[in-house]
Amino acid sequence: MTNPMPAPEVEYSDPLDDIRERDEAMPREASSIELKGLRKQFGKDTVALDGVDLTIEAGEFFTLLGPSGCGKTTLLRILAGLEDPDGGKLLIGGKDVTDIPPHRRSVNTVFQSYALFPHLSVRDNLAFGLRMRGESAVERQRKVAEVADFIQLGSLVERRVDQLSGGQRQRIALARALVCEPNVLLLDEPLSALDAGLRGQLQVELQRIQKRLGMTFVFVTHDQDEAMVMSDRIAVLDSGIIQQVGTPSEVYEHPVNAFVARFMGHDNLFAIQRSADDWVDTDLGRLQLDPAQQRVEQQGWLLIRPETLELGIEVPPGYNRLEGTVRERLYRGSRIEYRLDINGATLMAVASNLGQRLHAVGDRVTVSVCPEDLVRVAA
Amino acid sequence: MTETNMAVRSRGVVSETRHLLFSVMPGAVWIIVFLVLPSIYLMAVAFMTNGPYGQPQMPLSLESFRQLAGFGFLGWSPGNLYTLLRSLWQTLLSTVLVVIVAYPIAYYITTCREKWRPIMLLAVVVPSWTNQVIRTFGWMNLLAPGTPLSDAAQALGLIAPNMGLYPSNFAVTLGLVYNFLPFMVLPLYAAFEKLDTAQVQAAQDLYAAPVRAFWHAVFPQTLPGLLAGTVLVAIPAFGMYVIPELLGGGKGMMLGNLVANQFAGSANWPLGAAGAILMLIATFVGLYAMRRIGKRLGGGEEVVI
Repeated sequence: MTNPMPAPEVEYSDPLDDIRERDEAMPREASSIELKGLRKQFGKDTVALDGVDLTIEAGEFFTLLGPSGCGKTTLLRILAGLEDPDGGKLLIGGKDVTDIPPHRRSVNTVFQSYALFPHLSVRDNLAFGLRMRGESAVERQRKVAEVADFIQLGSLVERRVDQLSGGQRQRIALARALVCEPNVLLLDEPLSALDAGLRGQLQVELQRIQKRLGMTFVFVTHDQDEAMVMSDRIAVLDSGIIQQVGTPSEVYEHPVNAFVARFMGHDNLFAIQRSADDWVDTDLGRLQLDPAQQRVEQQGWLLIRPETLELGIEVPPGYNRLEGTVRERLYRGSRIEYRLDINGATLMAVASNLGQRLHAVGDRVTVSVCPEDLVRVAA
Repeated sequence: MTETNMAVRSRGVVSETRHLLFSVMPGAVWIIVFLVLPSIYLMAVAFMTNGPYGQPQMPLSLESFRQLAGFGFLGWSPGNLYTLLRSLWQTLLSTVLVVIVAYPIAYYITTCREKWRPIMLLAVVVPSWTNQVIRTFGWMNLLAPGTPLSDAAQALGLIAPNMGLYPSNFAVTLGLVYNFLPFMVLPLYAAFEKLDTAQVQAAQDLYAAPVRAFWHAVFPQTLPGLLAGTVLVAIPAFGMYVIPELLGGGKGMMLGNLVANQFAGSANWPLGAAGAILMLIATFVGLYAMRRIGKRLGGGEEVVI
């Protein structure tokens, strides 16, 4: 058996190159998705979705991001039709499908557990949707062969599902959904069961496939790195409410509130004690900031991204200057993380490892903070 | 160096063989004493002649098989053939009915909350802890003339006035279904429990309406349980003695009763032995068929036995 996955150290060859022509002969129609005031409750007091309004553009790679229990999977299941909303409307491709059962929606899902049929061969798994839709045996054979080629698992079609590795199952689950050429593809944490290396590869591959096919992808994950790598836009959910919708850079650089900021991995949040248009007071002292960069009016938290800080250089004019002590240093190879003590407050800083002299624990350092990098975040 | 190695190894082989022999011995003795020898004896008796007091005696002959086939002093009579056919029919009918009743029960238990499932399963199994004879007597009381069930059947014109639902072939079928239900519910439950509910949703997501989702995604995966249950139900049902004896009356006799009668009442051991051999052969044919079906369905994977 040859390994269908290119080895990580080998230069990545685009598996889609050779099928491009065929692919263009097979036009797909991507659909937009509109959610209007969608509500879902489990039992008496578990509110899974609390009035979700959202528009997903046709052909977009859209990610629902949030911690477990935030409602992201419920939302995806409502899109698939596997869960009925208690209130609100769902439009796919402009048509109201709120009451349409799953088997009559041109939407396919890649399940977290893959949910492949163990009693069927890989080929029959791939052909399942086509068969249920009543396509002829000839059509089924052609499309299955094509999709098996597409995901480079053509040699596996005769196998049983339990003879496949995790990565292979994942690809078969994806192919089983893709072969139906749905207008929308839903992916429920499809990479969470894979090890880090394989996950990284498949992230790239999924994104390429989506761009290639122009299909609308709705991807669910709790991993903010994965979300940022793959998505055109991200919706961050918490407690059944959409906290923020935006491109990866918008959500990462300008989180609207402390929850989004923390979820995107930010540690440097400081409570704002007093503020004006162009300065804030926090435990770090008074910092100048650029009013043009502020999208949030309320007082709340000041976000300082660790990678925007510069240590031990002459502070450029117009920059904020902080003085502190190195409390901890973590050497990560490509970068170095410092935990600094500034007037009793803890500030994280990350420096790229460019071969400069490292600061030692106990060193006094000067920190330069560019006003444009400081962002006010709602509580 | 090499020689000692060889010596050690060969001694190792000897002790391994001896070890194996000792561990296999008790089981082998048990099987020989309680299965192989009695079977040979049974075989021998079947080919002997019936003596004046029902005892088997020489010479060897095929007389008992002739009798089993229905040939007697008065020429051929279809009684035994009917008994055989009735046994096959009752087995088939009760197995099918057991499947029909057990399938939804097993499914329902899997949908219950996890903490309730053992209790539900217990409820299915507990009746079989009571002696079969007692339970069958229970059915006699329920189905006898003058009971509400019999009255209802009379009112509906299903049976003649003043008759009971027992004794009858119907009562035997009912008794068999009741008796063997747990043996079908348990393997089916095991099959259902292994099933990932996401697969049902996947089927629906892949354009299968609920009924087709069941038929294409769920049902095939319960077949191993269904086959195992069929073996557990059909084989003992075919040889069942107590239920047809108590609920069947003269016209409800099954092969098991025919055999038992030859060893007790009418005392014809060779005929009884021949009947037992017929039962054994039928059972093996049934098992073989199940195994073939199981292999085909399981795609080479062993499903039953």
